[in-house]
This record gives sequence, C-alpha cells and structure tokens, in this order.
Amino acid sequence: MPKDGGIGASTKRREDVRFLTGKGRYTDDINIRGQAYAHFVRSDMAHGILNSIDTAAAEAMPGVIKVFTAADLAGVGGIPTGWQVTDRHGKPMQEPKHPVLAEGKVRHVGDPIAVVVAETLDQARDAAEMLDIDITELPAVVDMRAALAEGAPKVHDDLTSNLCYDWGFVEENKAAVDAAFASAAHVVSLDLVNNRLVANPMEPRVAVGDFEDHSGNSTLYTTSQNPHVIRLLMGAFVLGIPESKLRVVAPDVGGGFGSKIYHYAEEAFVTFAAKQLKRPVKWTSTRSEAFMSDAHGRDHVTKIELALDADHNFTALRTDTYANMGAYLSTFAPCIPTWLHGTLMAGNYKTPLIYVNVKAVFTNTVPVDAYRGAGRPEATFQLERLVDKAARQLGVSPVELRRKNFIKPDQFPYQTPVAVVYDTGNYDATMDKLLELSDHAGFAARRAESAARGKWRGFGVASYIEACGIAPSNLVGQLGARAGLYESATVRVNATGSITIFTGSHSHGQGHETTFAQVVSEMIGIDAGQVEIVHGDTSNTPMGMGTYGSRSLAVGGSAMVKALNKVINKAKKIAGHLLEASDEDIVLKDGKFTVAGTDKSVDWSGVTLAAYVPHNYPLDSLEPGLEETAFYDPSNFTYPAGAYGCEVEVDPETGKVTVLAFTAADDFGNVVNPMIVEGQVHGGLAQGIGQALLENCAYDAEGQLLSASFMDYAMPRADDLPMFKVDHSCVTPCTHNPLGVKGCGEAGAIGSPPALVNAVIDAIHGAGRTDVTHINMPLTPARVWSALN
Amino acid sequence: MHNFQFVKPTTVADAVAALEHDGAQALSGGQTLIPTMKQRLAAPEVLVSLTGIDAMKGVCKGDGGLHIGAATPHAVVAREAAAYYPALAHLAGHIGDPAVRSRGTIGGSLANNDPSACYPSAVLASDAVVVTNKRQIAADDYFQGLFSTALQLGEIITEIRFPIPERAAYVKFDQPASRFALVGVFVAKFAGGVRVAVTGAGEEGVFRWKEAEAALSAGFHMAAIEDLAPPKQRMIGDLHGTPEYRAQMVKVMTKRAVGAA
Amino acid sequence: MTKVSMTVNGKAVSRETEGRTLLVQFLRDGMGLTGTHVGCDTSQCGACVVHVDGVPVKSCTVFAADVAGGHVTTIEGMANADGTMGRLQQAFQDCHGLQCGFCTPGMVMSAAALLAVNPTPTEAEIRAGLEGNICRCTGYHNIVRAVMQASGQASAAVAAE
Repeated sequence: MPKDGGIGASTKRREDVRFLTGKGRYTDDINIRGQAYAHFVRSDMAHGILNSIDTAAAEAMPGVIKVFTAADLAGVGGIPTGWQVTDRHGKPMQEPKHPVLAEGKVRHVGDPIAVVVAETLDQARDAAEMLDIDITELPAVVDMRAALAEGAPKVHDDLTSNLCYDWGFVEENKAAVDAAFASAAHVVSLDLVNNRLVANPMEPRVAVGDFEDHSGNSTLYTTSQNPHVIRLLMGAFVLGIPESKLRVVAPDVGGGFGSKIYHYAEEAFVTFAAKQLKRPVKWTSTRSEAFMSDAHGRDHVTKIELALDADHNFTALRTDTYANMGAYLSTFAPCIPTWLHGTLMAGNYKTPLIYVNVKAVFTNTVPVDAYRGAGRPEATFQLERLVDKAARQLGVSPVELRRKNFIKPDQFPYQTPVAVVYDTGNYDATMDKLLELSDHAGFAARRAESAARGKWRGFGVASYIEACGIAPSNLVGQLGARAGLYESATVRVNATGSITIFTGSHSHGQGHETTFAQVVSEMIGIDAGQVEIVHGDTSNTPMGMGTYGSRSLAVGGSAMVKALNKVINKAKKIAGHLLEASDEDIVLKDGKFTVAGTDKSVDWSGVTLAAYVPHNYPLDSLEPGLEETAFYDPSNFTYPAGAYGCEVEVDPETGKVTVLAFTAADDFGNVVNPMIVEGQVHGGLAQGIGQALLENCAYDAEGQLLSASFMDYAMPRADDLPMFKVDHSCVTPCTHNPLGVKGCGEAGAIGSPPALVNAVIDAIHGAGRTDVTHINMPLTPARVWSALN
Repeated sequence: MHNFQFVKPTTVADAVAALEHDGAQALSGGQTLIPTMKQRLAAPEVLVSLTGIDAMKGVCKGDGGLHIGAATPHAVVAREAAAYYPALAHLAGHIGDPAVRSRGTIGGSLANNDPSACYPSAVLASDAVVVTNKRQIAADDYFQGLFSTALQLGEIITEIRFPIPERAAYVKFDQPASRFALVGVFVAKFAGGVRVAVTGAGEEGVFRWKEAEAALSAGFHMAAIEDLAPPKQRMIGDLHGTPEYRAQMVKVMTKRAVGAA
Repeated sequence: MTKVSMTVNGKAVSRETEGRTLLVQFLRDGMGLTGTHVGCDTSQCGACVVHVDGVPVKSCTVFAADVAGGHVTTIEGMANADGTMGRLQQAFQDCHGLQCGFCTPGMVMSAAALLAVNPTPTEAEIRAGLEGNICRCTGYHNIVRAVMQASGQASAAVAAE
C-alpha cells in the first residue's frame, strides 16, 4: 500500500494549483509603481575596439530617462568568479575583469555596451536605435585550438594568452599513467566533442531593481536559483552594498538548469540604476537576448584513451580536453571542467590510474558555465563512449566489459584515483534492472522487424556515476572555491503547532514546497498541510547557497532535518516538564509526546503552545519559543549511479534517428517523493536526448551565433521523445546524510547522451557499417547521413 | 517593434485603398511578419489587416478546381479541403503547429514566399492560379526567387485556384528546430503529366524538378526516380544540412511522395 | 491609440492600445492577467497560447487590435464555475505534468484545444497536438499522461507503461 503522506509518498504538489490557474508569481509578473524599463544594447560583433558611444540623440528621444555606458558605472566592480583553479605548474588561472558594461572592447556577440532606461520598453528600444556606437572590428577567436596558437588574437589584451589554465589531475600520476599505456595489451582512443548547449529554461531572465530613498535599502527581484549568492556577490564585489541594505528575492522561477545560478550584469545594473535614478528599473530578457547573454553549457573537445590488459581489465585512462570558457569567466566556470569533471573520470570502474589534462580557453563567445550535470555529463560521455568503443574493438559485449570493470558492492567505500571516495553503490544491480526493464532479451527480434521495414535498429547502454549534493566546504575550499557550500534551514514552530520552514534552497520546479513538507510531516507526525515552506527571499531565509548540483534535499533537506532535530529535542524537554518525566523518556510519535512505557502523553500542539505561553514552563533552564536554525555542511558528495538504455531506429536514407524507447535504472538512495523523482529523471532524459539528437549552439568562424533563436536551436518537443521507463528501486542509501538521499536532478542529463550515441553506433554496426565508430553530437539527420555516405 | 497605424478593412477595395499609403503593408495571419517586426526588420507605418475581409475566406469547389480564399487559415484548409484535395489538406495540417495554423493563411504564406514554406510547393506542383485584386497569375510565373513574387506594390492575393490532380502527395522533412521544411516535395499527377515541386532546398526558393517530372510522367512509380541525378538547382547549405544533403533528400522525399500519392 | 474591445474570460473589456500592442501585452500589462507567459520571440514556444473564438492562438504573435470583438479565453478562465480546477488542470496536477510551471498555461490551453477537436487522442496525436509548446522540465511524459487522463483514457493507452 503506498503511503499518502510523509517520506516515500507520491504526494501531489501543492504549488501546482497556482501554476495551473495562472496565479504563479514570476519575476516578470512583478511591476512596481513608477518603474522604468531598461533595454540593453549589445554588441553584434564578436570582437572589436569600442572607440566611442554618442548617446546624445538617444537621450533626446521621447521617454528616455538616461542612457548608461561604462563611463556611468564608475565605482562599480567587475562580475566576480567564484572559483580559483591552480594550474599544473602551480600558477593561478588567468582571471580577466568582467565589466558590467563593455569597457574599451567588446568580446562576444551579446556583450552589453549600453543601457537605455526609459518610461516604456518601446521607448527604450526606439531610442536604442539612435545610439551612435563606433567599434573597430577585430579578428575573433572561436575555435579553441586556434585560440591557443601562436599569434592568435587575444580576447583580453592584459592576459598573456587565451589560456585560462592548463590543469593536470592527478599531476603526480602522469608518469605512471603513461607507463601503463606503454605496457598495455590494448589501447582504445576516441576524439569527441561535447557540444555547446543553451540551457533555455522557458522563463527568460528578468531583473527588477528597487530602491527606498529614506532607508537607503535596495531590493532586487531576480530569476535566480540562489538569491543569497547573488546578494553576496553583487553586494560585496560589484556594488559595495552591505547585506543589511540589500534584499534579493527570487520568487517563482521558471526553470534554471544552472543558467540562473550565476550573477549577471543585468542584475547589478538594475540595482545600481534604481539607486541612481531613485525609481524602480525593470529588465526582461527576450529569448533572442537570452541566447547571447545567458551562460552556455558544455563545449569540450576531448581526446580520451583507455589502456586494457590482456584480460580486458582497465589499467589506465588518459584524457586531453579543451574547455571553452567563452569571453569572460562566469560564476562557476573554472570549476566545471576541473573539479566537477576530472574527479568523475573513474566512472563506475576500478581503473587504477587516471590522468586528466584540461586546457581552459578564452574565446570570443558567450561565457560557458554549469548546465544540468555540469562537468559530469562531459566526463560520462567520454568514458561511456570510449568503453563502448573498446568493447566493439575487442569484440566483447559492451555490457560484460562494463561489468568486468565495475567497482563491486563489497569494495565501498571506494577511493578512486581522482580524489573522491564513493560511499556506496551497486552498479551490477542497476545494470540488471536496466536489461530486465528494457527487454534486452527481445531486442534481436525487434531489430529484425525494423530491418524488414528498411530501418536499422540499435540498442545502447551507458553506466554513470555522478557526484552531487555539493559540497563539503573544507574540501572545495582546498580546490579553489571562494565560498562555502553548506545549506541552511530555520524551523519556526508556531504557537498552535503549525510549522514554517525557511530554507536556503530554492525551488524553480523541483517541488520543495511539497517534498520538504513531507519530511517535516514524517518527522513530527503532523499533517503536511500544517507545514509551510518559505524560500527565495534573503530578508526572511537564513544565508543559504541555493539550488544546483542536485543538492536541495541532500544538503538543504539535511539542514532542515538537523534543525528539526533541535526542535524535537527542545520540545521533548518541554513535554518532559509538562508530563513530569525526564526528557530522555519522552517519545515523539504521530504528533504526540508520550512517556515511554506509560499512557501519559501530550499533543504536539500542547507542547508548542506551552513554548509560547510559558505559564507552566521550565524558564530557569529553557528559553520560551520553539524556533531553531541549522547549517549543514556535508562530509562528502553523494554518488547517484545507474544504468541507462536507449533503443533507436536509424533511417539509412535520411540519417534520421528515432528514439523508440529509453529506460533508466537509477540508484538515488532513499526517495522522499517517487512521483517527483521520476519527473526529475524524465526532464533530465529529455535534456540529455536533446543534447545527443537535436541541440547545438553553433558559431561561425567570425564569432556570429548561428543558432540564435528557437528557429535554429532545436529544443526537444513532445513528438521528439518516447514515453520513458524509469526505475529507482535499486537503493543503496547515502551513508553520510540523515535521510540517506543522493540527489536526482541531473542524473537523466548525465547518463542519457552516451546511451543514445551508443545505440546509434550499434544500429549502424548492426547493418554492417563497422567503419563508422563515432559521430559527434547532435546526431542530426544530416550528420548521420554524412557519416554513412 | 516600431509603432504603426492599424487598419482592418472589410472589403478588398478598402484594403487596396489603405495599402496606397506610404509605408503601408498588408498583414494576413502575421505568423512570419510579426516576429520580423519584433526584430525591427520590418517597420510598416500602416498595417492593413486582411483577416476581416470575409470575401477572402473559405474553401469551395469551383470550375477551376478547389478555390481557397487567401485569408483562409491553415487549420480551415486542413479541415475543409480534405474531401476534395487530401494532399493539400495534409500539407496545411502540418504547417507549423496548431496555434500557428489557427492564424497563418495561405495568402500570407504565398505573398511572403519563404524558401522553406510548404504552400509554394503545392501551388507550383498543382499548377494553381494565384488570383489577385488585379489579375490571375499562373504558378509558374508567380514565384520569382527568394521572398520574391510577381505581386506588385499594393496588389493583394484574394484567392488561389487549385486544379485537382488524379494523385498527389506532399512529404516534408522537417528542419529539426523551426519545423519548417528542410526539404519538402509535392508530387501531383494529372492526366496530362506529373509536376514535382520542391521547397526548403533551393537557394532560389521553390522550384520544379523537371527531370523527375519527365521520368514520372513516363511511369508513376518510385523506381522511376532511383537512377536520376539529384536536381541541378543550387541548394541551401546551413547549420541543418549541406547542399549535398539537401539534394539527396530531394530525391528521397520525391520517391516517398510518389509512394504516398 | 485606439480603443480595443473584446471579451476576456466571459467579461467585456475595453482599453486604449497602440497599433503594436500584442494580445499578450493587452492581457498581461493591460488586464493584469499574468498567467499567460512569454517564452520566446519567434512564435515557437507556445507559453503564450490562449484561445480566440475557440481556437488556440499564440498571443505573442497577434495584435490586440486584430482580435477586437473576439472572445478570448486564458488560463485564468479555465477553472470550474466554483473556482476549483477544471478536469484538464486537475489531470496535470494528478500526473505531475508540470514542474516550474512557466510553460504550463500555454500547455493547458493547447491541450484543451486539442481535446475540443479530438476528445480521445492517441499518444501520437497528443504529441503532435503539443508540437507548438516547448516544455524544458518534464520531458513531456507526464504531460502526455495528463492529457490521456483528462480525455478519460486513464493512462492505459500509453504504450510504454
């Protein structure tokens, strides 16, 4: 019998009612009396010297309040970077200034040059056409290898080159890895590209700045996954506003997928301009603007090699990756190809020796940062494509080659050669589950049926492991993080027993309002309807780091559990007083405190009322009230893992790939709301399939963005995807957080691209075309056809 | 977008008069024009909506074949042409998406003559007649290259007259992002011969593939295409497909259209 | 500025508008009906779909003045008379057919338009009917299930389940 509430129940989402009736409150729905509208004027050139901007004609246009350029932003700092990566020679990365508005140069199409603020948005846009901007175009660097060539144009004149860093990991292992390759029985290598993507949450970014003259307080309403991080970065580094004078609110947010983690120039601008102009200033991105101003994702070019012994044991792995940073360093950018990528190169395997080299490169393109999975999809794609290629090259089953090299259940905790320690897992179990659910046994018959229709059918698998629930602060601090990565929660128990939770996490589709309440309901034994979850406003939530990296439940939920335990401990003391018993003898069950072994009891609400009406209360030893805050800093990452299977049909005449079935067997540890977990996997799969089949953010050689709208950037649509089979019944609970949970938000996007590409290669090989060993994503009809012809 | 004066006449004569203003532009369903105006790539001073002219709407059987009012939305054509000209109805029912089909019109599509639009292929393959407020234009004379037509300034398409072929089919291979035709082929078999029109592929917009027409007129079966060289027209090359790829897809889609007809 | 009148969710409304005022601006800025969203500027995403005279329309790609006199229904007009969610809305909640909620109003409006002309669509017909609505969160799986449920077909007809 499934539960209808508490942990493990597929409770329907309470937030849905407002979204389904048009009552959601997104940032663009916020209009403040007297607000002005900001229109950003952006570079249409990839690279150029900004000689002059004549604003006079624009400022004379109807409704224009002011035209801002960099010269008007004196005293405003650059947009900061949250990570410092040290390269293989011990040198810090090169870190250029990222101005709010372009200073002296434009460095990518979309780089903001000026802002027109006017009474209406149309007036701002009309006036923008009157700006006289003089730019001398410079040659652009787009290709990463070309950007590193001798004499290449420099994106930043004050840096020594376009190389941000040259990172080696683990540098000390390099010689041993090379030696293992020299003595290997088999070496398999693969060159591949992890295609640049645009996150494209359906809600474009919006920022509304407000300023209260009499108090000097600033407020920013913004489409953010982490309002406290924005307050910290913008307040401390860009605008010089103390936290006490700055409130950041992220109300309902229409998806993020990473792209709304970062602190963006537009946020700083509207906050700054509101203060300058003493009136609210609103900016709403168009989708076209989003394509050239939201941070992009992925964009790696990699050579990866695997060494095997004669028995097909993996003996060493070596990779050489170029990672595109774009024109500036976005908030998390330096850590994505390093600490969220290199550390995952062991995958599910016991490869003893690994060396990862990453060269991060500046180019005249939009900055690149985390996008759903962030580093882990890149690692998984390389590894799982390579293992598949190895199996084909060696003439063994891709499934069996994986199994042979899997870390086995009795080997946990498992220290990988790339720093991280996996706490728990069972990779054979998810592989077994995948093969069962995908009816692997029936594949041959299905392939024959396709062949009879002139189509080529293929089945591909991929294993994945990821590290999420970021992150242990002391560890990431050593790795270059400039912030802690704990999470926070305040549990406010109200006098009549209802509970308000203030979480530092942020929900932009994940359903915290429902799932967090389920956890509270389970722990206290009251109805979830008595629990309210508050998030997204720095004025009432404790300092928290927000939602990304599949961390909300594993880290934010753990903070909440910790605070709830403090509440429960105090409540037991109150109950003990009321029941004239030792608090050690008090048991809380189903919303009632009982003296163990007796029928003496007091209800939850009796205790909470006593806390606020302390007439009969141990005031000598206990404060009144019942409200606790906790900060939780995880001791390790969590390691969700699983096995994914994709079945495709290739039309050899057109190259079109149709995804017929996709099966995901995940181990997420314990699950609070299965319905929501499955929804997260569905969404991740769609984005992973999108990457593998459809999505490609492309630039031409001059740095012009070719896929600049949904007309050319192919988003997965309903008819591109099949129904999914997802399973999370293989459970190895996380060993180091109180709920035993791992995180499920990114897995789908991590494991699916290699499964799909492996399936296409399988289809092509099944038709006898074993000469085709790899096709770069996205596997568009034209690319597949070209590979075949 | 720039502001403009919006007028919505109810007769063709009033529309023609309104279009005589400097900077006037006709608006039909707006599914292409409005996004273009948002990008400020078009900035009419007067926008003359044609959707209020009842005489320009509707589907009916006439002596010239099937007559379709130029302001008839795709969804209506998909529904009402089905009994007379299923291939045309099928084409209309697969343009854009349901909401686009509610607004977008056949006349708007033809006046714009986007190289990836579906309708031009049907008009050309059917040897349809484009009727305007001034004259009747044969399909072969109407399409004059990329976004270019025989229409003169202020001339409005009022109706399209489709001869109904014995057999016909339209096969569209989608551009994966926009869902416009990467390659679309309309094949129409008449008693007097076969016409094959290709959209999405040619650098000069919709074109007839005359070699295929000759081969199919000699024998209307898929095998007739097999040994043909791809059409000689210059093909579009972009993010979604090279010219070579498009040329090959013209062959594949033609074959499939013959199979489906 | 010209006066544009229409009926929105059963209520007659009238506002001074510019020629360039889009229907979505009329609804959101003029009437405060912020349930209709704008997710793109190329008429691709469908977050802005409303019904005009009973058919689905992308309200970001039609001028308010061009639908003067028409009957417009938005997501705010989809609830039952007693204020509870309509059958389709309820199915979206039951099936977890939404996550961030941003595409949801347009998705519901397009699904409603589909069911109006095809009361018992197949899975393929649902997917085709929602071709003009992009959702970045759900992978569409649960949206398809929701439309199935709302059409009284439970989820039995969904192949992979």
